Amino acid sequence: MLKVKDLYAKIEDKEILRGINLEVKAGEIHAIMGPNGSGKSTLASVLAGREDYEITKGSVEFLGSDLLEMAPEVRAREGLFLAFQYPVEIPGVTTTNFLKTALNQIREYRGESPLDAVSFLKHIKDKMNLVEMNQSLLNRSLNEGFSGGEKKRNEIFQMAVLEPTLAILDETDSGLDIDALKIVANGVNKLRSSENATIVVTHYQRLLDYIIPDYVHVLYNGRIVKSGDKTLAVELENKGYDWIKEEVGSIA
Amino acid sequence: MVDIKETFLNKYIEFEKGLNGQTGTPIHDARKAAIQQFEQAGLPGPKNEEYKYTHLSRTLRKDLDLGLDSFSSKLSENEIEKFHFPHDEANVLYFVNGFFKSDLSKILSPESEFKVTELGTAFEDYQQDIQEIFGKHLNHQDAFAALNTALTNQGVFIKVEKGKALSHPIIIYNITDTSEGNVIYYPRNIVLLGENSHARIVETFQTFGKGKSFINQAGEIIVKQSANLEYYKIQEENKETLRVDNTQIVQYRDSVFNAFTFTFEGKMIRNNLSIRLVDEHCESHMFGLYLVKGNSHVDNHTVVDHLKPDSFSNEIYKGVLDENSTGVFNGKIYVRQDAQKTNAFQSNKNILLTETASINTKPQLEIWANDVKCSHGCTTGQLDEEQMFYLQTRGISKESARAILLTAFAEDVLENIKIDFIRKHLHNTISSRLKH
Repeated sequence: MLKVKDLYAKIEDKEILRGINLEVKAGEIHAIMGPNGSGKSTLASVLAGREDYEITKGSVEFLGSDLLEMAPEVRAREGLFLAFQYPVEIPGVTTTNFLKTALNQIREYRGESPLDAVSFLKHIKDKMNLVEMNQSLLNRSLNEGFSGGEKKRNEIFQMAVLEPTLAILDETDSGLDIDALKIVANGVNKLRSSENATIVVTHYQRLLDYIIPDYVHVLYNGRIVKSGDKTLAVELENKGYDWIKEEVGSIA
Repeated sequence: MVDIKETFLNKYIEFEKGLNGQTGTPIHDARKAAIQQFEQAGLPGPKNEEYKYTHLSRTLRKDLDLGLDSFSSKLSENEIEKFHFPHDEANVLYFVNGFFKSDLSKILSPESEFKVTELGTAFEDYQQDIQEIFGKHLNHQDAFAALNTALTNQGVFIKVEKGKALSHPIIIYNITDTSEGNVIYYPRNIVLLGENSHARIVETFQTFGKGKSFINQAGEIIVKQSANLEYYKIQEENKETLRVDNTQIVQYRDSVFNAFTFTFEGKMIRNNLSIRLVDEHCESHMFGLYLVKGNSHVDNHTVVDHLKPDSFSNEIYKGVLDENSTGVFNGKIYVRQDAQKTNAFQSNKNILLTETASINTKPQLEIWANDVKCSHGCTTGQLDEEQMFYLQTRGISKESARAILLTAFAEDVLENIKIDFIRKHLHNTISSRLKH
């Protein structure tokens, strides 16, 4: 589904990604872990199409097409979704309202007819239950005055509504209390199928107790320096990142 | 080069010859005083602080043969009705090039509620009322306001009777027909709300044809004790329109006034909106939205003058400037020594969509009283890139994301509109604007 090959990206003159290789297949969950500043969020942003980064080398193939050639909205319409680490607040725009525009533009792109108001409301009602989302939050300005947990839940709710093929969760667990974490993880698990895939970007192992990854990758200095199964995450949690840094250092 | 001051003075001499019945009346006296003031001060030059960013005199000189007079339009009823926007039942008045179209206009509210008369007739039929208002309140230090008082013989007089609440809003279609040449005119509206009355007035300004025009508009609005007035102006004329609008409101005790000013098009639009709160416990709101592109220039100068204690004023102006358009906002708040316990708030926010669009914004607070609450703020920025990116990652096109964010930006103003069909009309206007 996703093939990242030797990907290099920089912001201004700072090189952040330095040769990423990653392949994600349908039905898989990949966790990308790493210390602060290792390039985790950059990778998520580059995949979603943030313009601040310059791709200097490498390629990304998504469902057989060149992802890097696509505008952010086209990536979304092709089935990519990014749950933001810091979801933005947009005063005057309600979640329900912009999601209707989003969903219908995605449907139009795929040659499907737009949902009418009634079908749309039914669709979001189903998804609301999935992440225990309150109706009143959806009728308020997007994320304005939301708690951290509410913002993250709103991200997963949007993911549920838009039904992406590949979802990237960027530090979705940061700052969540255990109840919110369970709700978010539960939502992600329920959306899982053999048709779609998830990349969980996180600093901590905690979320991975609830979303069980098939693969764990450690990102350090802009490269994936170690890959393994879920036990790697546990090892990282117990031993911290220093041993990774040392291991990488001794190779270099 | 044409001396435009001389042109206007000559115009007055001609105009005065035709006054006949009005000669020697207080109305004539007001005209004479105004033209004298104009003669002394002349048109605002480049050094005039109030017109520093709006070079109206220079543009007038370059743009128009000011010696011309407005012609009476030959627009048919069908053509005029194209300017209609959907609305509920209303009292509807049509003016084309300043001339009242009585055959098209429809008054639903009974005469016991309000009287509406074209200004020329009102000078005779409502001499008493008019004499007390005409030229008494407008700031004639503004050369264009002085010229309007000197030269106007068009417009409307609206008198809402004491204790009456108008059952229907008043909609005034102001159409400028430029199809047969340049149009220059000086309409003047006089509105008198009797004690404890309520009215809603909507004015739209539109153009037929692609020709040039200069419209020097003025208004004097008196809101008596406990009265309530909502006044909407929707400026959507053509790209060649030069417009100055001087509107002076005077509010008495316990009265409420809401002004809405929307500007969507025009070559150079200058609005001077000024409110004097001459008594206690008044409430005033000024809402403005300008959404312009091309080479449009829109300038809003507002004044709220608190003269007595315990009044409240609030002002929100928002602007979206695209392409090469330019804007000016100047908001003055005066709180006089007597005006203790005044609450006065002001905000001006702008979004520039291109590097060539610009805005000059200046709040000006002058406070002589010591127990007051005043605040003001202005911001100018671009569309938030993070918000744009966020919406795009949800599958929304760049154009739609832009429209969503700008509509949300305008919503602070639109949500205050109290007439549903007006809000709808403006939402439609804005979304069609944002599509291009």
